[in-house]
Amino acid sequence: MVLIKINEMFKSYPIGKGKFTALKNIDLKFEKGEFTGIVGPSGSGKTTLLNIIGSLDVQTEGKVEVMGNEVKSLSAKQSSRLRSEHIGFIFQTYNLLPVYTVYENVEFPLILLGMSAVERKKAVSDALKWVGLTDKIKSRPAQLSGGECQRVAIARAIVKKPSLVLADEPTANLDAENSHHILKTMKKLNEELGTTFIFSTHDAKVISYLKRKITLVDGKVANDEIINGG
Amino acid sequence: MLKFLAIGVLRDRSRSFFPILIISAGVMLTVLFYSWINGYTIMLIEENARFETGHVKIITRAYNDMIDQKPFDLGLMNVSEKIRTLSNEYPQMHWQPRIYFGGLLDLPDETGETLSQGEVFGFGVDLFSDSFEQDLLNLKEAISNGNLPTKQGEILISQEIAEKLGVNINDKITIIGSTMYGSMAMHNFTVAGMVRFGVQAMDRGAVVVDISDVRTFLDMEDSASEILGFLPVYDEETTLKIAASFNEIYNDETDEFSEVMLPLKKQGQMEFLLKTLDERMGMFIFIFIFVMSLVLWNSGLMNGIRRYGEIGVRLAIGESKGHIYRSLILESFLVGIVATIIGTAIGLGFSYFLQYNGIDISSMMKDAKVIMSSTMRAQVTPASYYIGFIPGVIASVIGALFSGIGIYKRNTAQLFKELET
Repeated sequence: MVLIKINEMFKSYPIGKGKFTALKNIDLKFEKGEFTGIVGPSGSGKTTLLNIIGSLDVQTEGKVEVMGNEVKSLSAKQSSRLRSEHIGFIFQTYNLLPVYTVYENVEFPLILLGMSAVERKKAVSDALKWVGLTDKIKSRPAQLSGGECQRVAIARAIVKKPSLVLADEPTANLDAENSHHILKTMKKLNEELGTTFIFSTHDAKVISYLKRKITLVDGKVANDEIINGG
Repeated sequence: MLKFLAIGVLRDRSRSFFPILIISAGVMLTVLFYSWINGYTIMLIEENARFETGHVKIITRAYNDMIDQKPFDLGLMNVSEKIRTLSNEYPQMHWQPRIYFGGLLDLPDETGETLSQGEVFGFGVDLFSDSFEQDLLNLKEAISNGNLPTKQGEILISQEIAEKLGVNINDKITIIGSTMYGSMAMHNFTVAGMVRFGVQAMDRGAVVVDISDVRTFLDMEDSASEILGFLPVYDEETTLKIAASFNEIYNDETDEFSEVMLPLKKQGQMEFLLKTLDERMGMFIFIFIFVMSLVLWNSGLMNGIRRYGEIGVRLAIGESKGHIYRSLILESFLVGIVATIIGTAIGLGFSYFLQYNGIDISSMMKDAKVIMSSTMRAQVTPASYYIGFIPGVIASVIGALFSGIGIYKRNTAQLFKELET
């Protein structure tokens, strides 16, 4: 089942009187259940591509369909709903809400979905079990290690059981041990819940876990390969 | 969501402590200022009503034309009958006749020669029928030396003029004036007591005598300068209605001795003063809302910059810009409510303190010509409890409305990029 379809997509930014083209003629398809990495050097367009897939930004030309929704034609409210219901985000810098506890951070996406308190409690407990943080529910982000913060971010991304998780350099701030732990957690989620993961990364450790690797160079797809028998 | 926001506001001191501090201080000042103005207004009304205007006043049209001179020769006749009629027609009011007169106080020595003389302003009031006038003029509390008159021929004089002229208790003094018909009049009185009203305009030279003595002295049998009417509690609307109904019946433009009723608000500069006080209060609240909104706008912008990360995450999670904007306004509303409650409580504390203790302004009132107490007090009214909510909550919400516009002006991807940096 095709989750995302990208056809002849360009993304440009105005710079002075000219423009800078960050993505050029991208043609890609992502199936449900993929564990895909978009790799490439800094400035190759990885984050821009993730932003467009996540409907946080829109392409300049071409067509991008996410779960049957043409990104460019969505209103602000519709793209918010798409993100709220179907997409989870994981960031390089975790971006947890510092004044809230682990439990409250994970609970927040469910409040936006209007779930009842009972349903929220169960879903948050399940998500924290998945990432192995049930003993930290009352802790604040400042009391956690980097690896634990990223696990909270994963729990927050998957708590609503989204079809798609977009992770922007999720291991960039982590040491090797924590990186492997995080990647194993995400791999397990991918295999057991069938959640589609798309990473932007240039971390070699991540690449070893990928089923598919898309290489971007100067905004173009330089290579798209299935690896690890994915 | 409300609980989630409230938790965030409570735990993040920069979202709660600073705005609460600013708004509480402003609300506290508003409540205090309101109660102070209120106290001043009520004092102005009550002092003037007691000494000068009544809640309504009946005079002749001719007297009204020269009211500043208080010309008792243009006063009211057949006063007893008039008061009976008024009591029947307006039973909710209490009616009191008064005669105001000017004269010369003469203190003789033991040989009968003048020892000292001074100008006085006299109040002829009913001191003996009941205690209404005594209570109204607060005479028992105002006595600084001696006693209240207990019989005719006794007089109260202000402590200040007594000291100035060397008058003592039980001294025989003479008041020299002119009768209602223009001839010279002299009357001897015994000084029963000395008074200090706490109203500089009165304390400079007032004397208080029973109205029957004044009638004899000024040849004003059953006459009065004015008849004052008092409601149990002053109510502007009632006084205006009563005055309108009275004037419709008795005020005859072709007869200069026909009677006219003046409500308190329409006397002297009272209307102007009360209107000015209302305007000052409105202006203060407007300025407060304006300044607080600017401060909170600025604080909201600073806070917004600090919270770009949080806002970016919330957008990524799927919250819409509109929802974030509304939640910021809701937060500011909650902060506004909490801060207003705190500010109101502190403001009421200070107001009650000033209501019971007051501030002595007698040194500023030495040359004052208006009837005003020399102790200024605040007055807490039911409105003091909620007046602060108007500027407190409005300023907080307007501040958030302005600062939150930034969320709409930035596109989502930009906010998201700022999140990454």
